[in-house]
Amino acid sequence: MSGNNKIITVALVGNPNCGKTTLSNKLTGSRDSVANYPRVTLTKNEHDIHYRGWTLRIVDLPGIYSLTSQSPEERIGRDYIQNMQPDIVLNVLDAGNLDRNLFLTTQLLEMGCPLVFAMNMIDEARSKQISFDLPALSFMLGGAVVETDAARGEGIEALLSAIVDTAIGKKKSRLVNLPYDHHLEQAVACAQCRIAALHPDSMDEQQSRWLAIKLLEGDEDILSRENDHSALIEAMEKDRQILARQHSEEVDAMFAAARYGFIRGMLAEARQMLPDPTGHKDLTQRLDALFLHPLFGLPIFLVMMWVMFESTFSLGEIPMGWIDAGVGWLSDLLSVLIPAGMLHDLLIDGIIAGVGGTIIFLPNIVILFMFLAFFSETGYLTRAAFLMDRLMHIFGLHGKAFIPLVIGFGCNVPAVMAARTIESDKARLITILVSPFMSCSARLPVFILFAGAFFSDMAGTMVFIMYMLSIVVAMVAAIFLGKFVVTGVSEPFVMELPPYRMPTLKGVIYHMWEKAANFLQKVAGVILIGSILIWFLQAFPQNVEWDKDYDAQLMALEMQVQTPYRDRQIVLLARERAQERMRKSYLGQIGTAVSPVFAPLGFTWKDTVAILTGFVAKEVVVASYAVLYNQDEADTEESASLRSAISGSMSQVTAFAFMVFALLYAPCLATIAAIRREAGGWRWAGFSVVFSLTIAYSLAFVVTLLGAAMT
Amino acid sequence: MQETRSDNEAGYSAAELKLGQHGVISSIQGGDSLRRRLNALGMVKGAELVVAHAAPMGDPRSYIILGYQVSLRKEEARNILLQVAN
Ligand SMILES: Nc1nc2c(ncn2[C@@H]2O[C@H](COP(=O)(O)OP(=O)(O)O)[C@@H](O)[C@H]2O)c(=O)[nH]1
Repeated sequence: MSGNNKIITVALVGNPNCGKTTLSNKLTGSRDSVANYPRVTLTKNEHDIHYRGWTLRIVDLPGIYSLTSQSPEERIGRDYIQNMQPDIVLNVLDAGNLDRNLFLTTQLLEMGCPLVFAMNMIDEARSKQISFDLPALSFMLGGAVVETDAARGEGIEALLSAIVDTAIGKKKSRLVNLPYDHHLEQAVACAQCRIAALHPDSMDEQQSRWLAIKLLEGDEDILSRENDHSALIEAMEKDRQILARQHSEEVDAMFAAARYGFIRGMLAEARQMLPDPTGHKDLTQRLDALFLHPLFGLPIFLVMMWVMFESTFSLGEIPMGWIDAGVGWLSDLLSVLIPAGMLHDLLIDGIIAGVGGTIIFLPNIVILFMFLAFFSETGYLTRAAFLMDRLMHIFGLHGKAFIPLVIGFGCNVPAVMAARTIESDKARLITILVSPFMSCSARLPVFILFAGAFFSDMAGTMVFIMYMLSIVVAMVAAIFLGKFVVTGVSEPFVMELPPYRMPTLKGVIYHMWEKAANFLQKVAGVILIGSILIWFLQAFPQNVEWDKDYDAQLMALEMQVQTPYRDRQIVLLARERAQERMRKSYLGQIGTAVSPVFAPLGFTWKDTVAILTGFVAKEVVVASYAVLYNQDEADTEESASLRSAISGSMSQVTAFAFMVFALLYAPCLATIAAIRREAGGWRWAGFSVVFSLTIAYSLAFVVTLLGAAMT
Repeated sequence: MQETRSDNEAGYSAAELKLGQHGVISSIQGGDSLRRRLNALGMVKGAELVVAHAAPMGDPRSYIILGYQVSLRKEEARNILLQVAN
């Protein structure tokens, strides 16, 4: 390798679905350059590679349709190109959809940045009998054009060499001016004069022409940058209005139409499209006829959802069993190795139990994201959103919110993560915040316990009511959040339905793996701290003053002749001790202290403690009840003795209020961690906790009031 | 394409096309932001679009324009005014 120190910065720009992520992965060779799938790269993402002794810094910009300041992604793209001045802008194009893909290109041309073009998806274009006159295209676009098939890695070498050649000046990159009709050209020239008067010699011809066009288009970002030149802004405003009146069309629409005219002309010269000899409909048309069928489209989608859901949670149970066994084995091993005491308890009851309780979700996440990656890469995900949009729109949500919400019935953690597929910030945030209301499978044990204990003749109905309630609350919350809390305009539902494509196995597996790793890294930390905290609150203070001398009494019992009666006494005494331990722990003290807050709902300190432990994971509530009511801690929601133990402790109304509260109150720790990560900070995670607590409390209170009124 | 309806000049928009019908765009209403977005997607004056599919209950619908498929809700499609064919 020759010692070139210079780094060539290469910014990748292209429309969504042009294969930019795949190409970027192929360029960098190593796969850790991809970020934020499936929302793709919102923040830019850099990766250095070495080629012919040069260092190429590949920067992935978000997929965008144009370079105006319409969306955050577009602003990121434009600001990067303007401020960072990359050595090469690599414009990735979908060869089968140049008519639209080149619109972005026309704006890049006007910015005057050095361009290289990747004519991607060339395999698809070829099979559609489309061919290109590359020298002509390259001349008209003023930069090298390389045909690539990113999925199969074709043309990557040629592309890299074109990039380096252009960067070192061996290949020319030429400035291209788009010609407009003479009215627009006149206005541009006039604006350039005005600009020249204000910014004498600080701008070259290209820059001033670009600025003139942007000002004429009325680009808000650029206008605000020229804010201190109020005369210029006013003059431009006037020019714009005059032009618009003359042509009875907005000026930016005129520029857009002119750009599309330029593209048409260019493609007429440089593209050859032979009519398809077979005359068959293409794959996408045939598949859409099925998947978007007026009658069958929806049932097919629901079947797919069911398969995804079933696989995620049923198939997931197998590896979950292994993880469970593995965690059990590890904690058994450590309990042998480490002498009983604080460290032992912290490790086994705190850390291993907490982290084990989290990685148990890993199989769910892996399987689920395999499906999502597959749906997204094939293009089906957009069809699903298309089918569900009408329904979701009623609640101010995007069609794409349906899948995360359904997933929420299984587990809220992957549900929150799946909201990434929604591009609009507002719609995504609302989806994230309402997902935790979907009744996840961890809440089911609580419902089964309570329904069985208090409503044994209508247990099924009660559980069903809880599920219905969870849907209603989620939808109403979505409307509320959209109206009052999550600000920002809702973006119009303009969604491309890309052609169906067979994803590469590598791509799907990679995305799946990335998700899993992501989950472990970002979520596990919070869970770890949370589990340690809850463990600490349960285990301390260590030296409580016992009501009874349990040790002595137990010892005395042990000495007796073994009879079933004696064994029973030992068990009962041990449970009593566990109960007292819980009551006198910090957690029990906190529970007792805050229980007045829950008194209006009819909850006792025991219920309060159970609720507190449920923060870790909702199914823990059942185990807590077992301890609190002197039952075997391993008792399940099905256990008859646990049911009968709690059945006397509260009225049916209170039990119903508790179920409502347990359904809706604060998301579990893992979900909170996921919200924090996906919604971008503690602020929304905290909001989610407070919001759901408020709703849970209010509704439980309403239940209590109604119950009191009826009896 | 001759199927284009020729009555009701004033409010003839893409939302009123039937499945499989063609239309030629005359202008985009509904404000700067929506117009710019649609412009960027190829929906400019003179461009031709066809209704390809409708979701259950008829909304949203997908349109073919410039050889690719894009979905729009009725409320957006209403802002795409079409030329009246003579
Ligand atoms: N046939 C073919 N498929 C491709 C090519 N490049 C990407 N794909 C596929 O197109 C789909 C979308 O690609 P992706 O890189 O995610 O697009 P992005 O939205 O631009 O990042 C994936 O299923 C890819 O496997 C290509 O050159 N040829």
